[in-house]
Amino acid sequence: MLKENRTLGGELRNQLVATVTEMLEKDDRIMVLDADLGGASFFLRFKKSHPDRFVDCGICEANMVGVAAGLSLRGYIPVVHTMSAFVARRALDQLYISCAYQNNTINVFGSDPGICSGFDGGTHTCFEDLAIMRTIPHAIVCDPCDQVQLDWMVRECLSRNDGAIHYIRAYRKNVTEVYEPGTKFELGKGKVLIPGDEVLLVGSGYLMGDALTAAEELRAQGISVEVVDPVTIKPFDEELILNEAKGKKLVVTYENHGTVNGIGSAVADVLAKNGVGVPLLKLGATEIFGQVGMVDLLKEAYKLTAKDAVAEILKAWHKVN
Amino acid sequence: MDAKELRKLKKFSAQLRIDQLEMFKQRGMGHIGGCLSVTELISVLYGKQMKVDPKNPNWEGRDYLVMSKGHAAPAVEAALAELGFFDKKLLLTMDDIGTRVPSHVDRLLTPGIDVTCGSLGQGASVAAGIAYGLKHAGITDQYVYVCIGDGELNEGQNWEAFQFMAHNKLNNCIVFIDNNKRQHDGYCDEVLKPFSYEEKMKAFGFWCKTVDGASEEAIDDGINEAKAVKDQAVCIVLDTIKGQGVKYYEEMPDNHAPKVFEEGRAVIDAAILELRKITEEE
Repeated sequence: MLKENRTLGGELRNQLVATVTEMLEKDDRIMVLDADLGGASFFLRFKKSHPDRFVDCGICEANMVGVAAGLSLRGYIPVVHTMSAFVARRALDQLYISCAYQNNTINVFGSDPGICSGFDGGTHTCFEDLAIMRTIPHAIVCDPCDQVQLDWMVRECLSRNDGAIHYIRAYRKNVTEVYEPGTKFELGKGKVLIPGDEVLLVGSGYLMGDALTAAEELRAQGISVEVVDPVTIKPFDEELILNEAKGKKLVVTYENHGTVNGIGSAVADVLAKNGVGVPLLKLGATEIFGQVGMVDLLKEAYKLTAKDAVAEILKAWHKVN
Repeated sequence: MDAKELRKLKKFSAQLRIDQLEMFKQRGMGHIGGCLSVTELISVLYGKQMKVDPKNPNWEGRDYLVMSKGHAAPAVEAALAELGFFDKKLLLTMDDIGTRVPSHVDRLLTPGIDVTCGSLGQGASVAAGIAYGLKHAGITDQYVYVCIGDGELNEGQNWEAFQFMAHNKLNNCIVFIDNNKRQHDGYCDEVLKPFSYEEKMKAFGFWCKTVDGASEEAIDDGINEAKAVKDQAVCIVLDTIKGQGVKYYEEMPDNHAPKVFEEGRAVIDAAILELRKITEEE
């Protein structure tokens, strides 16, 4: 399941386009829409390869989501892209009312969430998309960690014409490979990536590679850290989190997202609901806006590197011991 | 349109007004002004222009109506009930808990409603998506009608949708602007001056025409003209009166969503008596 040596994989947008291409060649109902960011998502490639399946809506995100709803009403399966900030924040009411509330299926690829906005800076940074999308009834919310998982998520979402919002957020560029090709996933079924006894570390998405690195470092220091991938943020594998949190001394969530109502809050709900009295450390952006910079440097600025995670977890570990 | 057909439509308009007034009276309130102003439009659409099947509301070959000003639901619901999409008695359950007939159009609740609207400004985009899908599938004998309020045009998303319609030459999507001159807080000119809809739409690349929105014949002619337009998005501005067809409501200063108390009930009863003279005419 896990890659033996974690190296930087290919660009996720290449995977996205490859998977969508394969899907739309098999299914006439699939239509690809972009809001003048087809060059960024590589969806613009469809303009040449499948011109009758690509609609550039211009810089009109709200309209794009509405058009997708209308296409869904005619039996099409729309896949839309814009940056996560411009869909989760800007087009929320359209997602909510034109799509979800009236059972119109829409597949949304929200690119460059959290620190992945890089040089686009704070105006383009979205630390709240998971929080927002999680609140929409029946939505499927995904934060894929690598090409293998993205490929599965796109296939899974595009084959479900279920009247719901399917939201996939990911960096467009290269991310650390976590899974071996061919790894099987299931909606709402998390995975234990590294078993352990003392600390439960829930990683996700862009930072999953760092979560594994942090866990290895902590294990070298003598702390038995277990790493879990929830796989989908919604539906959320409450049972797995509950079972794996029991008996641990510390639970840690580590996400490229704000600490309000993201994965940390999903885990907190499970712990509180079930009376699991294990302290929870939420690593993520807290009460802070985005800023401009290289993604790697932003990772440092927001204390989201594996090294930062190790330091924060050690601090919390010493408090509970 | 021949005289017989016009008479039929005038009777249908009167019946739709009766149904709506009964709904408002039963509920004790309603979006009376903006429902009455689209009555003739709904009458022409469901009484003549639209291809629908009451026995099969989701028929794939139907024409679509997107009532983007979702609060005009009673006008549409009355027409659907009259056509037999559902039991007319349900109209009087408007806004009861669990009703099939809410006061904003809801496609999951009411048979025959094509798109749920209420959060203003979203209908045009959905209509454009349906129309794009029809064109994409090579279907040329189905139309999408979208009705947008003049106040609703404050919402910027409409103008995104208009650009999309014009760019893609969606002449199978007929846009109606219900120019009843008033919105929630008062006259449009005072809230957010709209200037000329016709000039705006033309500047956006539309074929556009203003017609008398109280005349079934003018609306029908306008639609027929719009249907003859090739390779261009189309829009019909309906010159209407908020509260149209019931003098008391036309003259009411704040007629967006008035309560119906004793005086209103008496007015409605009297108006229904007058309207019945039209519906019961030999």
